[in-house]
Amino acid sequence: MLDNERNGTMSLFNQSEKAYLLLANGQIFEGRSFGAKGTVIGEVVFTTSLTGYEETLTDPSYYGQIVTQTFPLIGNYGVNEADKESDKSYVSGYIVREWCNAPSNFRMEGDINSFLEKENIIGLHNIDTRRLTRTIREAGVMNGVITTENVYEKKDEFLEKIKAYEIKNAVKSVTANKNFTYSEENPKYRVVLMDFGYKRNIRNELVKRGCEVIVVPAYTTADEIKALSPDGIMLSNGPGNPAENVEIIGNLKEIVKLGIPIFGICLGHQLMALAHGGRTEKLKYGHRGANQPVIDLESGKTYVTSQNHGYAVVGESIDESIASVSHINANDKTCEGIKYKNSNAFTVQFHPEAHGGPLDTAYLFDEFISRMNKEEK
Amino acid sequence: MPLRSDIKKVLVIGSGPIIIGQAAEFDYAGAQACRALKQEGLEVVLINSNPATIMTDKAMADKIYIEPLTLDVVKRVIEIEKPDSVLSTLGGQTGLTLSMQLAEEGFLESHNVKLLGAVPETIHKAEDRQAFKDTMEKIGEPCIPSKVVETIDDAVDFAKIIGYPVIVRPAFTLGGTGGGIANNEDELRDISKNGLRLSPITQVLIEKCISGWKEIEFEVIRDRKGNVITVCSMENFDPVGIHTGDSIVIAPAVTLSDREYQMLRTAAINIISELKVEGGCNCQFALHPTSFEYAVIEVNPRVSRSSALASKATGYPIAKVATKIAIGYTLDEIINQVTGKTYACFEPALDYVVIKFPKWAFDKFVYAKRTLGTQMKATGEVMAIGTSFEQAMMKAVRSIELGLDSMNLKKLEKKSTAEIMQMLHTVDDERAFQVYEALKRGVSIDEIHKLTMIDKWFLNKLMNLVNLEKWLADGELTVEKYNTAKQYGYLDSTIERMSGQKCPIHRDAVFKMVDTCAGEFKAETPYFYSTFDEENEAEQFIERKNTGKKKVIVFGSGPIRIGQGIEFDYCSVHCVWTLKELGYEAIICNNNPETVSTDFDTGDRLYFDPLTKEDVSSIIATEKPYGVVVQFGGQTAIKLTRHLADMGVNILGTSADMIDAAEDRERFDEVLEKCGIPRPAGHTVMTTEEAVKAAESLGYPVLLRPSYVLGGQNMIIAHSEADVVEYMGIITSHMIENPVLIDKYMMGTEVEVDAICDGKDFLIPGIMEHIERAGVHSGDSISVYPAQNLSKKIRDTIIEYTGRLAKELHVIGLVNIQYVVYNNQVYVIEVNPRSSRTVPYISKVTGIPMVDIATKIMFGATLKELGYESGLYPEGDYVAVKVPVFSFEKLQDVDTMLGPEMKSTGECLGIAHTFEDALLKGLVGAGYDLKKEGGVFISVRDTDKSEIVAIADKFSRMGFELYGTSGTASYLNKNMIATNLVRKISEPEPNTITLLESGKIHYVISTSAKGRLPARDSVKLRRKSVERSICSLTAIDTARALANVLATNRTIDDVELVDITKI
Repeated sequence: MLDNERNGTMSLFNQSEKAYLLLANGQIFEGRSFGAKGTVIGEVVFTTSLTGYEETLTDPSYYGQIVTQTFPLIGNYGVNEADKESDKSYVSGYIVREWCNAPSNFRMEGDINSFLEKENIIGLHNIDTRRLTRTIREAGVMNGVITTENVYEKKDEFLEKIKAYEIKNAVKSVTANKNFTYSEENPKYRVVLMDFGYKRNIRNELVKRGCEVIVVPAYTTADEIKALSPDGIMLSNGPGNPAENVEIIGNLKEIVKLGIPIFGICLGHQLMALAHGGRTEKLKYGHRGANQPVIDLESGKTYVTSQNHGYAVVGESIDESIASVSHINANDKTCEGIKYKNSNAFTVQFHPEAHGGPLDTAYLFDEFISRMNKEEK
Repeated sequence: MPLRSDIKKVLVIGSGPIIIGQAAEFDYAGAQACRALKQEGLEVVLINSNPATIMTDKAMADKIYIEPLTLDVVKRVIEIEKPDSVLSTLGGQTGLTLSMQLAEEGFLESHNVKLLGAVPETIHKAEDRQAFKDTMEKIGEPCIPSKVVETIDDAVDFAKIIGYPVIVRPAFTLGGTGGGIANNEDELRDISKNGLRLSPITQVLIEKCISGWKEIEFEVIRDRKGNVITVCSMENFDPVGIHTGDSIVIAPAVTLSDREYQMLRTAAINIISELKVEGGCNCQFALHPTSFEYAVIEVNPRVSRSSALASKATGYPIAKVATKIAIGYTLDEIINQVTGKTYACFEPALDYVVIKFPKWAFDKFVYAKRTLGTQMKATGEVMAIGTSFEQAMMKAVRSIELGLDSMNLKKLEKKSTAEIMQMLHTVDDERAFQVYEALKRGVSIDEIHKLTMIDKWFLNKLMNLVNLEKWLADGELTVEKYNTAKQYGYLDSTIERMSGQKCPIHRDAVFKMVDTCAGEFKAETPYFYSTFDEENEAEQFIERKNTGKKKVIVFGSGPIRIGQGIEFDYCSVHCVWTLKELGYEAIICNNNPETVSTDFDTGDRLYFDPLTKEDVSSIIATEKPYGVVVQFGGQTAIKLTRHLADMGVNILGTSADMIDAAEDRERFDEVLEKCGIPRPAGHTVMTTEEAVKAAESLGYPVLLRPSYVLGGQNMIIAHSEADVVEYMGIITSHMIENPVLIDKYMMGTEVEVDAICDGKDFLIPGIMEHIERAGVHSGDSISVYPAQNLSKKIRDTIIEYTGRLAKELHVIGLVNIQYVVYNNQVYVIEVNPRSSRTVPYISKVTGIPMVDIATKIMFGATLKELGYESGLYPEGDYVAVKVPVFSFEKLQDVDTMLGPEMKSTGECLGIAHTFEDALLKGLVGAGYDLKKEGGVFISVRDTDKSEIVAIADKFSRMGFELYGTSGTASYLNKNMIATNLVRKISEPEPNTITLLESGKIHYVISTSAKGRLPARDSVKLRRKSVERSICSLTAIDTARALANVLATNRTIDDVELVDITKI
């Protein structure tokens, strides 16, 4: 009896505090609060992934953003330490239709509400998330505020802040402050992982393949990397507008000259393009989800990939004498991957490391390894 | 890689009659395939024995053969039509098996025919147990410890190694027919014996029982370039052990973390890639609930019931895409029709959840064993879409038509908690309701989980409903409470009943779009479901499209069940096509995921929702239609008529008042009196006492049935007071609140007429005569067009009566009338002011597009304008026979004797120039193995004895050996027909059972005065025949007809095949 009564508080009609989302266009969504209380500003984006909410919450690429889940039932299998993609949650706020107060999974260590409370993330639930998604799709991503305060009274004040808001110094806010080394016994390769806000599974995929991975801060220079004498360099994912990372882009120009095989993912892919004179642009509402089709132009095959990016490399901005577009998105044909001709480098916009999402492109890590093998010869 | 240039003419093999395990989903898949092929400009040849399907419609293929699906017949079609390719993967197991046989025999190669879809190696690897195991081992995908055996002893030996319980799975059988779980050696011997016999290759798989693991399915699709995607994941509410067709299923999988989800998704992709399937494939997995251990249960390299569900659940048209892949396209070339922008090479994202709920026939088969296991028993299913599990579940229980509006099952409320807990030890069709009742009683989630192994996630969600209901009953019904209850899927009427208060406000539902992409891309799919939210996308859609056309809603027929099958979907879809042709916007409301009507591009808009008063009211509020059509959706739609009329909605066709006049006993009697048409005498009763009194005054035998019947539900012929008492007991326990009708039973010739009426003139496309006399439900009778044995006078009377009734009832559209001819007098048994089960059949064999005409008439056309004379349409050159098909082998303990209660699940057609040839085809199509020698066992009731003599004589003259139990044998011997005497089942061995087991008997003729109770000898005899696949005839008339067919000494090879597009 006790057991059932304990579960008698439901996410929909529990008496939790009201909470609101105010968008830059003045639209207000009224829902209920979960996670932390208070007010937070962020760029409101949506992801269509069905699973992997914990990975989303702990993916540093979401820094500065309020993330909306389009799948309505979130938190079904709870949260656990092993599924975290970084040490903490970097999202500004979190919006779901319904969170699960009685999660069920053998690895579950807690529910999503407690997780958000602990991480001090302000959450909003019980709103028409599909309406919000469609609004963002039509108008493009926009800033917004989630608040448990009276939004109607403070609307003007909030709107002013929303207008002024911009995600800045994103990489600086999430990168490591020193080097960390990870390895299994008797590693075969040494890889420097440049941390622009890396997801743990990038590291794990490398370690799994016999790499000693040295995670280095985003601002590490070519000389510093050279001193570590790596077999390969991994450029990680990360948050924010790629073009604001002027210093890193400058470093990359030198790092490329080291002649070491380079593999870039997401922000790493964008920064490489910028270092080679390419251009990035902001997409209307980005690609966020676990079902994005990407065509490998070489083989003609299409892969289902996990994605999370608001900016993309402009394919036409790539100097064909230096590099060529290797992958495009099957839906909107945006650039999803580049192969470099002047150096042993290749980069992709999507996430072969998955977590969450499909594992179909994990073979790219093997390709990276084989590039390091060739180097040995 | 676009369309292959070497493909010009494709043979599509359908799945045949509807049986349990192979239902309307293959009409949906087949119809999509045909359309996709025709879109490519290919010539399509179709073979399917099922006349009730949409795929066998002239619009669907260039050449259509409604012929028996036997290897020889398919070969003949190939020889006649000379197609260059055969599509193997769209016709269910039947189509796949036939294709494989054609390929393996070398027939396809020698006739230069390519096999599209799955190649024999793929089929072999997926379907042969050992080959499958080897393949999985090769790619490192774990299987459950198992072994293929061909003898019972080997089965027992292997079980000793892996330990009990074990599962027995026969190879190559439908829906797991003949399989089961064995807990000990005795059970194993029993089950494997049966399984070995049913397997066409005498193989069963003995496998370790992993009941309690989660059951997860993935629908995967792959092209020849190797592109592969998963369309949808699905999770079974019931853990492994219950056939997925009998499980409540939720899509997407909900209790899996990303790690588990991706692990299984990757496994599914590895499997389809290794099998090299080009098209759709279903992978079923068992996942250990507390570890990452999993096992591959089964792979189906074809479209399936699950793929139909996945298509409807996501909006991704699997059958269409699979067809395009089969003819050469790759996923990256096929546009996603839903968005019009993205490609088929992506994975749908859902922003809702979907629940599938099975529909069983146990309300009809009161003595059937309700326990669920590895053998599927459901006849159909419904799907519900919601923004929460609770909402979808509430919609599902409303859609399933058990008279429920919540999870509360009345009959469980009377049980003690101990009884409820006892029920949870076994699984039957009411499991979800028993779990709910237990939760209501305060049994802990842990305890229920331990007993049932249903994931706690589901139990907690059900608990939410329990708590909500408690909250509703407690204190004032506030707006907040009301809104919450609406979000949880409760109807206003349910909220008022549970709270005992009036609703403070009323909210209509809003509608969200099913768009395959969770809103990421702008979609134009006209596919909606209801929820309680802020934004109404359907309303926006209607405004944006603003075609200026008048809108008409067609209500569908809900889940497939015995008595209301695929025929009604055929009618609904045809109505929609005609509406579009007439320039209306046609809108469909239905909840059955297996059907063509719920394909989002059949109508101009699709609402996938329950068909209850309040649900349809919300749709009406959003659509504001010009009118609605109820006469094509069976009783499900007809039941809405009164409510819709009260709302002021324009009912197109026959009016609500006249529908009521036909259905209300007293009003109908007045109509008949006015028309001067006799009917069998009868009364309306409410109690057992009244029933007994009425029966006495009418004189036995009498026919008993509840008013507002469907498919003869709970209808019996009572020969004595005891029968009446037993029947009334059953009826009252089912809490049927409508009165019971009791009629004089007349054993005459049954005649059926479907007519179209414009209010003035009427058209009868054909008169159908039933082979079995009245007393056998019309849906279970062999129906013959044109009638073979009616005098001109009788025919004229039937035409005259039909005209009078149609006019008196002001029928606008279709009407179905059943007559009985008794002592040269015509009586009316029943009038249904709607389409009927015979409409597709009669439309196809007469060439009269009945639904099309009826729809046009609803909009003011007259028969004269359409070019038809009033009266009976001239008979054609062919005789067409509709033969019912049963699923008795799936339903344990169901008496197979035909009676007034309908039992068949499907039908097939036989068409030829003579009656005997047509019947021959029909019987072969229905699966009768027409052996020309061997033994015939006869045991008939006394009233049939005089008639059996001539039939027995016929068998005897053909060289059959006759056997009979004492009464029948001595009667026949007395009449100079040599018959061997066999001891009854209740007598010591060797007896009847021993004889049936011996394999000597090829036909059983069994009738009995009483039936139903599984313990009776006669029922055991008939069940044994089913188990041994012995052709069993339970009506004298069927036996006579079959004997006559055998006596012609013709085989199917002697009969011409007919392309019905030429009729």
